[in-house]
Amino acid sequence: MIHAYQLNGYNIALDSNSGAVHLLDDTAYDCLALIDGDDFSPECPGHILQALAEQYAPEVIKEAYSDLFALYEAKTLFSEDTYAPFAEAMGPAPVKSMCLNVAHDCNLRCEYCFASQGDFGRGKKLMPFAVGRAAIDFMVKNSFGRRNLEVDFFGGEPLMNFGVVKRIVDYARSIEKEHKKNFRFTITTNGVLLNDAIIDYINKEMVNVVLSLDGRRDVNDNMRPSVNGKGSYDVIVPKYQSLVARRGGKQYYLRGTFTKENLDFSKDILHIYEDLGFDQVSVEPAVLAEDVPFSLRDEDFDAIAAEYERLADIVIAKKKAGEKLNFFHFQMELDGGPCAIKRLRGCSCGNEYVAVTPEGDIYPCHQFVGEDEWKMGNVLDGTLNAEMKQEFAKATVYSKQDCKNCWAKFYCSGGCNANNHQFNRSIYKPHRLSCELEKKRVECAIMIKVALL
Amino acid sequence: MKHVKTINNANLKESAHKGGCGECQASCQSACKTSCTVANQDCEKE
Ligand code: SF4
Ligand code: SF4
Ligand code: SF4
Repeated sequence: MIHAYQLNGYNIALDSNSGAVHLLDDTAYDCLALIDGDDFSPECPGHILQALAEQYAPEVIKEAYSDLFALYEAKTLFSEDTYAPFAEAMGPAPVKSMCLNVAHDCNLRCEYCFASQGDFGRGKKLMPFAVGRAAIDFMVKNSFGRRNLEVDFFGGEPLMNFGVVKRIVDYARSIEKEHKKNFRFTITTNGVLLNDAIIDYINKEMVNVVLSLDGRRDVNDNMRPSVNGKGSYDVIVPKYQSLVARRGGKQYYLRGTFTKENLDFSKDILHIYEDLGFDQVSVEPAVLAEDVPFSLRDEDFDAIAAEYERLADIVIAKKKAGEKLNFFHFQMELDGGPCAIKRLRGCSCGNEYVAVTPEGDIYPCHQFVGEDEWKMGNVLDGTLNAEMKQEFAKATVYSKQDCKNCWAKFYCSGGCNANNHQFNRSIYKPHRLSCELEKKRVECAIMIKVALL
Repeated sequence: MKHVKTINNANLKESAHKGGCGECQASCQSACKTSCTVANQDCEKE
């Protein structure tokens, strides 16, 4: 399978199965559009010469054609799809990553919150330490031979239960050596409760910290008001700046959400970067039910795609000027990066990754929390629904029909199971708009690589 | 080649045989958290 596209003046051909990326001139690009990968003959067929006769001289077409044929012979164009047996062989894997919803409560009232303003529709609740400890024990046991274990403190707003966060970290650290594990902690926060002591703690213990901010003041405050209706921007921005200044270069992200109300989100990214001084930025589409007034819909695709292109131009210009702006979704390794096996089943939900509620209930991931039919077990009694785990383990890009035939499958790895379920009532059926946006981001990310060669 | 420039090593196939150790970060594509799409992750095989 190949994907050929034009962007920013570049003709790019991607060979999905080998991972090869080729930059083509116009003749080769036009030629490629006429080639049938299942019937690629060494000689340039007459119909191609004819079809392109008005644009190019026959010898030039033949030359371009044989360049493409050489790629085919080198198995970097129309290369064979040999991954299905690997996908079929995939089964349940150790639980190595956990989202701990330490607080089902929040001090903001974000309009797009998928967690019903923090409590997932279940009433406010903080995780007791005993549940956190049981969750750590559960993961140590169920991760079997895996060494690197991840714990993301999440909510609601995790800083509302920070004392327990610290106790959980201490507990995990106290047992990791004897079990030959290496815990990595991350936290996602809205920033409201940050203070110097918490900042220093986070900077010391958390390998990554995700700081929520949507961008410009009015954009942020429109979607991210506090309980009393006032915006959060002025409270959190100085705290984020202090955190990052004292972080010593460790990983962080300023993470925002865009909705229909800020389809010009590249301005928010620039604001975060240029005006506020954060160079690690991730701003992502809010995926919401269609009836939410500011939800992104199919008809918004063109505007969003154009905005991603604008953003790609900005990133290229900044990088060429030696600046460091890193937009998370344009970050991509064309050489190396994860192995093909990893790419077969991107989202680890319900299999290698689970979410745990303050009650200790286990759900496939944070987005399934609160939906009774998806409850998988509980860390206090050590139960885990093996059948459900199996269902998620089998959700690869080969069991999802749309993904199997998608050129982007080894970049996207099958999208978000929770979105799929939310929109299509099946974890196996990708949500179309999300797919289109993902593919656009991949196109831009590859184009940026080409532009910066 | 005059008309084509290949810009990377096409090593995905090879990686299928050597990979799958599972030590890298779990990934989540969703917008609501420390989301990590697959293509921008690091391999941690030792
Ligand atoms: S650490 Fe590397 S080889 Fe192992 S599963 Fe992850 S990407 Fe594959
Ligand atoms: S989820 Fe969509 S974009 Fe991703 S691989 Fe599947 S079909 Fe392609
Ligand atoms: S289902 Fe979606 S939200 Fe849940 S872990 Fe997977 S990608 Fe992330």
